[in-house]
Amino acid sequence: MTTAAVPMREPENYLNKEYGIRSWLLTTDHKRIALLYLLSITFFFFVGGFFALLIRLELLTPAGDLVSADTYNKLFTMHGQVMVFFFLIPAVPAVLGNFLIPIMIGAKDLAFPRVNLLSWYIFMLGSALMLYTILNGGVDTGWTFYTPLSTEYLTTNVVAAAMAIFVVGFSSILTGLNFIVTIHRMRAPGMTWSRLPLFVWANYATSIIFVLGTPVLAISLALVGLERMFHLGIFDPRLGGDPLLFQHLFWFYSHPAVYVMILPGMGVVSEIVACFSHKRLFGYRFMALAVIAIAVLGFLVWAHHMFVAGISLYSAMIFSFFSYMVAVPSAIKVFNWTATLYRGSISYMTPMLYAFGFIGLFTMGGMTGLFVAALGIDVHVTDTYFIIAHFHYIMVGGMVMAYLGGMHFWWPKISGRMYPEGWGKLAALLIFVGFNLTFFPQFILGYMGMPRRYWQYSPEFQVLNVLSTAGASILAVGYLLPMVYFLWSMRYGKIAVDNPWGAAGLEWMTTSPPTTSNFDEIPTVTWEAYNYDELKEVPVERH
Amino acid sequence: MSDTSSSVAAHTPALEHHFTTMEQQTDAAVMGMWVFLVTEIMFFGGMFAGYMIYRYMYYGPWLEGSQHMDFWWGTINTAILLCSSLTMALGVRASQLGQRTSLVVFLLITILFGLGFLGIKGIEYHGHWVDGQFPGANFRFPGPNPRQVELFFSFYWAMTGFHALHVVIGIGLVAYISLRSWKGAYGRAYHNPVENVGLYWHFVDVVWIYLYPLLYLISHKHALE
Repeated sequence: MTTAAVPMREPENYLNKEYGIRSWLLTTDHKRIALLYLLSITFFFFVGGFFALLIRLELLTPAGDLVSADTYNKLFTMHGQVMVFFFLIPAVPAVLGNFLIPIMIGAKDLAFPRVNLLSWYIFMLGSALMLYTILNGGVDTGWTFYTPLSTEYLTTNVVAAAMAIFVVGFSSILTGLNFIVTIHRMRAPGMTWSRLPLFVWANYATSIIFVLGTPVLAISLALVGLERMFHLGIFDPRLGGDPLLFQHLFWFYSHPAVYVMILPGMGVVSEIVACFSHKRLFGYRFMALAVIAIAVLGFLVWAHHMFVAGISLYSAMIFSFFSYMVAVPSAIKVFNWTATLYRGSISYMTPMLYAFGFIGLFTMGGMTGLFVAALGIDVHVTDTYFIIAHFHYIMVGGMVMAYLGGMHFWWPKISGRMYPEGWGKLAALLIFVGFNLTFFPQFILGYMGMPRRYWQYSPEFQVLNVLSTAGASILAVGYLLPMVYFLWSMRYGKIAVDNPWGAAGLEWMTTSPPTTSNFDEIPTVTWEAYNYDELKEVPVERH
Repeated sequence: MSDTSSSVAAHTPALEHHFTTMEQQTDAAVMGMWVFLVTEIMFFGGMFAGYMIYRYMYYGPWLEGSQHMDFWWGTINTAILLCSSLTMALGVRASQLGQRTSLVVFLLITILFGLGFLGIKGIEYHGHWVDGQFPGANFRFPGPNPRQVELFFSFYWAMTGFHALHVVIGIGLVAYISLRSWKGAYGRAYHNPVENVGLYWHFVDVVWIYLYPLLYLISHKHALE
């Protein structure tokens, strides 16, 4: 490992400033913490993916032949918990948000760098508890922990799993708190609210949800834990307690959390669409207000998860109405992305392919969301594969697409290297095809009445299930590819220039990778966001 | 303007590298604390919402349960916490004026009040435990609605338990800043941590201000009749 082979020293950046495990584990640099998060959530993505693989293999045949019914219950429970709490929720905010927000607003770091590191350690503590849960025999509550199933009947690791998610919630809270204060107090001179990139707006909206919603999840899970351990009977029907109260408290967080799993993705897509259309984003102000509107409305719709749980018809109607309202800001987003494309000079680079995938799949997921916001249809499709398909279109088709798009888009900035474009396009295509083949059949299955959460099914559903499993294997290859070529590119990829895409935004005006303090001198912003009309230079990497 | 402020900043050792001015750093820290308190309100809010719903559904049993609260211990504890908030506020004032000794003294008195509160809470908990008023298999209650009273006691233990946990954390924080104050870390130019811990302490106090009437006082009028 001598430097004999390297003729020229790289300029100092956040990656090569210090080496050694200590310099990573004790870092307060938001960029290094982002990479710590990246490693952790990538690990959990593959853990959750492994459970999904087993689920799809079991469902290849109508008989319950691969795993037992109890094991199957554990598989879908842990798939949900791991993917939601340990991958999707932290994915864009804790990795890309952590890395980019300070740079995008022209700051040297987040407002509370030590709190940022603490949030990662809290995440690790929660991760350890989750791994303990998994290795100690798993948990089969469903990701929702519904009482009295979770408090009374199960003998699995409910308390450990609830504690894992309780703990990991505090890492979200601290990240959200840090982002809110950073965006309020750390903006560079001239970086007004109306000049913030939409990625920052989206993460701001997400942070509001973190701060207002996550504590309610924490207390709900804590009460479940207390009920199991000490028999405090807050949700116990024998004492007059009401399991519906748990559902209300749980969904008060977990519906907004669904928007945690889409809003940051919208931010990513806004950046990508503007860049690869080389055009100012259409309707900036509406785009910014729309993410805030989605975050606020998200707190008023939780009981649409409970239409069949025995809530009053009148409250169901109100919640149904508000659920429809969410379509308005969501449609504004989709229309404005499309309007940005109109007469733009579009280049079909990998991030843009993911953005296209996102827009299409999010639209599908959103439209089917309107189906299930309607009381009558919801009663028909509740607890069927229709619901599974609907939320996977949002969470996987939407968020994972956006996350991967963002990873490709900012990879040159993060690593200082280019990923291989051809492989990137191939992976994006595989993921799009694999995703649709996996989940589109599930819409039909659900509508035909195949219930979720069973390890057996009637033989007439088999063809569609085989299609779905086949799609899942394509999807798996699609997800492994970026993993491989990102690692490859760290050593062998082409050295990235500071602004390979010819993109607007402060993050492209600093070096690739940035120095530890991001900028030599705090910039003064005199331009509007997405000033592509003023950027004349020819993008280096674009064909 | 920015030149003078940054040169002032350069002379303040407490200024962290990523802030431009001391004012920006203080603003950020105070805002961070308030946002954190919002999360705390949401955390306790879940339990308050549950309390409200069940009190509406089971008003009678709620009164029965409340009659078994120790009115005087609860009242004394309320007074203790209010006094502790006063000494905390005086401590913050002392830190702003750069009076190190009185700062440390006020913080130590605050800790003593906090410990006193926990001690009395412990006496109450012990009494409830001995009387079989902890939910579960050993719960005993002589009235007509023992099950719903058990629900009341579930809330009592959960809400005061989480509150007591916050008092413990608060005492830890106050102890930490007392030590730092003793070493002279805070003065006129830099006392923000004292203010932030003060905010937290007042928040914990305010939670109790709600818990006290909801748990101890709802039946008091009836008890006197």
